[in-house]
Amino acid sequence: MMKDVTCRVIGQVPLTAGYWALDMEAPGLAEAAQPGQFVHVRVPGLEPIALRRPFSIFGAGGTTLKLLYKTVGRGTAQMNRLAPGDSVQVIGPLGNGFPLAPQGEPLLVAGGYGVAPLAFLAERLPTKGVVLIGGRTADDVLAVAAFERLGWIVRVATQDGSLGETGLVTVPLDRELARLREAGVTPELFSCGPDGLLRAVGERAIQAGCRGWLSLDKHMVCGVGACLACVQRLRREDGTEWIGRVCRDGPVFEAREIVW
Amino acid sequence: MRVDLGGIRMKNPVTVASGTFGYGAEYAKLVDVTRLGAITVKGIRLQPWSGNPLPRHVEVPGGMVNAIGLQGPGVEGFARDYMPFLRTTGVPVIVNIWGTSEEEYAEVARRLSEVEGVSGLELNISCPNVKEGGNAFGTDPRAVSSLVATVRRATRLPLMPKLAPNVPDIKLFVRAAQEAGADALALINTLPAMVIDIETRRPILANKVGGLSGPAIHPVAVKLVWEAAQVARVPLLAMGGIVGPDEAIEFLIAGASAVAVGTANFIDPTTPLRVLEGIEAYLRRHGMNSVAALTGSLCMTNPATNVEP
Repeated sequence: MMKDVTCRVIGQVPLTAGYWALDMEAPGLAEAAQPGQFVHVRVPGLEPIALRRPFSIFGAGGTTLKLLYKTVGRGTAQMNRLAPGDSVQVIGPLGNGFPLAPQGEPLLVAGGYGVAPLAFLAERLPTKGVVLIGGRTADDVLAVAAFERLGWIVRVATQDGSLGETGLVTVPLDRELARLREAGVTPELFSCGPDGLLRAVGERAIQAGCRGWLSLDKHMVCGVGACLACVQRLRREDGTEWIGRVCRDGPVFEAREIVW
Repeated sequence: MRVDLGGIRMKNPVTVASGTFGYGAEYAKLVDVTRLGAITVKGIRLQPWSGNPLPRHVEVPGGMVNAIGLQGPGVEGFARDYMPFLRTTGVPVIVNIWGTSEEEYAEVARRLSEVEGVSGLELNISCPNVKEGGNAFGTDPRAVSSLVATVRRATRLPLMPKLAPNVPDIKLFVRAAQEAGADALALINTLPAMVIDIETRRPILANKVGGLSGPAIHPVAVKLVWEAAQVARVPLLAMGGIVGPDEAIEFLIAGASAVAVGTANFIDPTTPLRVLEGIEAYLRRHGMNSVAALTGSLCMTNPATNVEP
């Protein structure tokens, strides 16, 4: 059940260059948060008016809410100024998260800060598996240690070769899918990242005949389904198409639902 | 705090602007929608409409520019999927309607007249984001007059055209609409606007242009409401950049009978209720016993509106 909560900043720590983890006390919100859901943050200091910013939930434990963000614009630059004790209005948890009872062996595919909801998912899934993390450079590869601490096998690919293997994350993905196929294991894909990555992961899920859960990253305004700014063309099981709202009908969709 | 907005009986003068509050249900978990004076829903045409491609919005200093393109479920979908919840609120429902021809507007009005729980129609003649309909009607007084008269014949529901701000003389449109049978007038819609990405040298919005809303447009709206009030014989619903009670009170002083909170809902969904409480406190502080006492109370030598107290 979504709420508009006054959160108190616990603190924030730098991860890699440009990326930060922000912890807040979010009573009434953090307890209800599910992996894949997001929160809509009213960043203080952007007055007189600025739209809220949506962020995937990076983690939640007790009343603590964890967000991961990259400083990309004036909103995230202002977030970076938040200090312990500061108040922040946060609406959440919003949207539909990932299913937590996979039918196959979980295989997580992250692109850049798309790792955020997958790190939370890794904590909550009943079985461990492999997580593939892709980024342009080593700085875009986050949360490796967190996955490893939970017992996940991490494989990294960077486009410039500064960490892990060189190339797109779809290269280790194809290798991993081939390995599972040979072993006779049905995978279940979970992914978050740029549209190009999600599309590639979705195509592979359909080819492999397995489920693929994709968390879409779209610019949002209201976050609750009222404004229709973050729509996505979708397909029902009977083949008919409709226009859904990523914030309310997603942000997680099964690969076959999305009409790219 | 009661207000009669041309036959729409509101228990207080605060509603929400069409397109900023969905169909009420979306925000119902965050704000007590039963406390609103009315709920104004997103624009409806006869058939479902898919709206514009993305991006549909961009933030700008003092507000945002949107080009949603009036995506909506059509009359039947609206009545089936959204009215059941709206009826439970006990709050008057104002439906924003549009079409690409006079006949379509009239047919939408006719059908909504038969839907239980619809309290009034806001005639969208000023949306900057669809080529036909919308602004095509709203910037020509003769077109406004003809359209309002046509819809007037199709419904007995209170009829409230929403006027375009981008006209040389708003008074011509006020007169045209009220003489054609409008029961109230809503103003203002968003201002036509454009934002360019200087790196790609492309318009940011897929629709190229959109409508500017938010605090940036509030003084523009106040001036237009004030001008409209000078010739209006019907009550005015004012909107444009309300973020708190002060902007709303300004509108009332300028001549509005009621106000709508728009873009601010996206940032703080409790804004309409804060506005309501602020107006109540203001009336108490100034020893006024009704909203009508505030309406058109601007201290200048110009006639106030003829709104019944």
